Amino acid sequence: MLQRHRREISLIVSILAIVAVLAVVAPGFFTFANQRDLMLANMPVLIVALGMVLVILTGQIDISVGSQFAICSVATGVFARMGLPTPLAGVGACLVGALMGSVNGALVAWVRIPSIVVTLATMVALRDGLRWVTQGAWVQDLPPGFQWFGQSQAASEVITAGCAAVLAVGMNWGLRNLAAGRVVYATGSSPNAARLAGINPRLVVFAVFVLTGALTGFAAVCNAVRFLQIPSNAGIGLELKVIAAVVVGGVAISGGRGTVAGTLLGVLLLGVIGPALTFLGFSAYWERAIEGGIILAAVSMDAVRVRSGKHADIVSAQPA
Amino acid sequence: MALLDATAITKSFAGVQALRGVSFALRSGEVHALLGENGAGKSTLIKVITGAEKADSGTLTVDGHLVPHHSPAAARALGIAAVYQQPALFPDLTVEENIALALESASVWRRIDWRARRLQARELLERSGAEIQPERTVSTLSMPEQQLVEIAKAIGARARILILDEPTASLTDREVERLFRVIGALRGEGAGIVYISHRLDEVAVIADRVTVLRDGQNVATRDVRDVDRGELVRLMVGRDIQAIFPKGDVPIGEIALDVRKLGCRAAGIHDVTFEVRRGEILGIAGLVGSGRTELAETLFGLTPCDDGAIALQDDIMRIESPAEAIRMKLGYLPEDRRQHGVVMEMPVAANISLANLDAVSRHGLIDHALERSLARSYVERLRIKTPSVYTETGSLSGGNQQKVAVARWLAIAPEVLILDEPTQGVDIGSKSEIHQIMVELVERGMAIVMISSELPEILGMSDRIAVMHAGTIAGILSRAEATQENILALALGHA
Repeated sequence: MLQRHRREISLIVSILAIVAVLAVVAPGFFTFANQRDLMLANMPVLIVALGMVLVILTGQIDISVGSQFAICSVATGVFARMGLPTPLAGVGACLVGALMGSVNGALVAWVRIPSIVVTLATMVALRDGLRWVTQGAWVQDLPPGFQWFGQSQAASEVITAGCAAVLAVGMNWGLRNLAAGRVVYATGSSPNAARLAGINPRLVVFAVFVLTGALTGFAAVCNAVRFLQIPSNAGIGLELKVIAAVVVGGVAISGGRGTVAGTLLGVLLLGVIGPALTFLGFSAYWERAIEGGIILAAVSMDAVRVRSGKHADIVSAQPA
Repeated sequence: MALLDATAITKSFAGVQALRGVSFALRSGEVHALLGENGAGKSTLIKVITGAEKADSGTLTVDGHLVPHHSPAAARALGIAAVYQQPALFPDLTVEENIALALESASVWRRIDWRARRLQARELLERSGAEIQPERTVSTLSMPEQQLVEIAKAIGARARILILDEPTASLTDREVERLFRVIGALRGEGAGIVYISHRLDEVAVIADRVTVLRDGQNVATRDVRDVDRGELVRLMVGRDIQAIFPKGDVPIGEIALDVRKLGCRAAGIHDVTFEVRRGEILGIAGLVGSGRTELAETLFGLTPCDDGAIALQDDIMRIESPAEAIRMKLGYLPEDRRQHGVVMEMPVAANISLANLDAVSRHGLIDHALERSLARSYVERLRIKTPSVYTETGSLSGGNQQKVAVARWLAIAPEVLILDEPTQGVDIGSKSEIHQIMVELVERGMAIVMISSELPEILGMSDRIAVMHAGTIAGILSRAEATQENILALALGHA
């Protein structure tokens, strides 16, 4: 138990340590308003991370989610201005995300281009395509019922937080209990062995990219309804935050290993660390440097564990 | 005095003794053929001589001088060069660059003299009998051309000890003739040549002496003039069948798998015809590269056939993917356990259910209790030694990993099971247990196709033996007809 959940436990300990320091030094951190802002600011990271964890588990990566996020945000606004009720506009944005994910997925799975190259290209193409189409203009004059889904602000926040929680719990449960989840792990651990077991690894890779696109769309909707206008440059750097959270959460970048629970803790740790530093009086410039340090520490821990653990034996026991 | 003298070399890998005190001497100006079955220890001996592997014990002398610390660099300095069946060139560099990289002293900051490089490459290629432009990129060369570049490299390095590992496997007759002329010239200059080949007729033509390895031991070194082909084959196989679980008598039922004129261009197999009956174990023998694994992969839908027909239980079908093969109750235990057989990172239970997730899930939802009990029943039945069914498969021993892989296929309740080298790299105990499991399976009416490089295993376990050579079945022998000699003769293409 301790052994298997080592990463989760060390994350919880780190988070509790930060919280303990803050409780003593900066009780202001725990005001309701601050907590709420923190949660809302990290909501997109969390929702997109639920897709990214699948992509990374299959041994791939998607760095185009930030650009997808921008397009889905604008799409939400455009659909709403076309007269669609906000929830339907949201569904439309998810479909747009799934479409972009399917392009990534098809290129990776069937054209067999490495995912880092495919999504680097779509990251740039989508971002600049959007800039060209919108000429940098924001989506304004949104219909009156758009903001907060036409509800009160509090109700809307409860709804989106609830949806995110349901998605997170569902993803965690599904990866463990659905045959589809098993197939994701098998594909990431050993595509060859998966193929011989009758699994179609390419279909699995395609599906996780599509799902990530749809989740990115949903994240964009949850974020867009908070404001009266929608910027056309949303989500810059989102991919880095998401990938960092997944990696810090203990998901092996080479695929096949990791959990949703770990990912959630990764989002939480990286989410509190920045504001915590601000409350402790550090300059904001330190924030990114410390984030980077945490990522390096997490990845180094994985590397050391792999080398010193039983996997080293497997490699060295192999006759040449 | 011998040019190269390897004395009492031993080497073991993970408990498997590959060389048991082999002695081998190479004289200057001779072509010395090295023969042996798959796994007899030829490649390991070559690796020890070239410094790629360190011997556990034994000595190596070159020109009478003891070589204390052998390494690839030391081997190069001593004039030892090897040309392998799969050339090891840089595919994106030109021929002249490849040759130069092997020969020039490597100061990173030196200026490259392109003219000298080209002249040198031209001269060496000419001496190796190759008509290749030095400017060509290696990836555009054919396999035989690449081999000639390797030989040019060896000549350029003034190699006095040249090791050729199956150099003619992919050559045409004309190319073989040219290669033999080059070998003859090198021999005339006083080089010693170690020549590894499965083609006994070539050995008779080109070699002066021959050494036969078997089970990691030197069983004979003779002058080629003094031995005939039959004796060489006998020397290669002469081994008694023991420590192999023999297959008992099991009633043979109706045809379970019927393969007619099967061909697959991508896999390099053609005109394969055989059938397997319920209760029967069909052994597939053949040398490495004869198409055994490729045949299994074609049957299992990994490289779908483009010619001929496969019939399972009288249904003629095309198997286009492993998923279809599994639906048709055909299982395939692949050769490479680590890469293909099991998912190392996954627990035992998840590995066992992986090919048959439908059986342990309802509407896509895994029934963990059912999966656990399924896994436990196989752990018990196959006597898999594991702390729990949730233990990571990668942490088990090789034999137990292999049993997990077998369990995965039993879980689909197959009618036909193809086993590719089922006992390779497993310890003796697990090996005889796997043999026992195979017998239990055929007793229940399963049909088994077993590919194996180990002749005693083939002879001990098979009801009939199909011997492959050059992508097709060279002959099918009954248990009564089969001997190590006639299997090897068919595998070598001499029947």
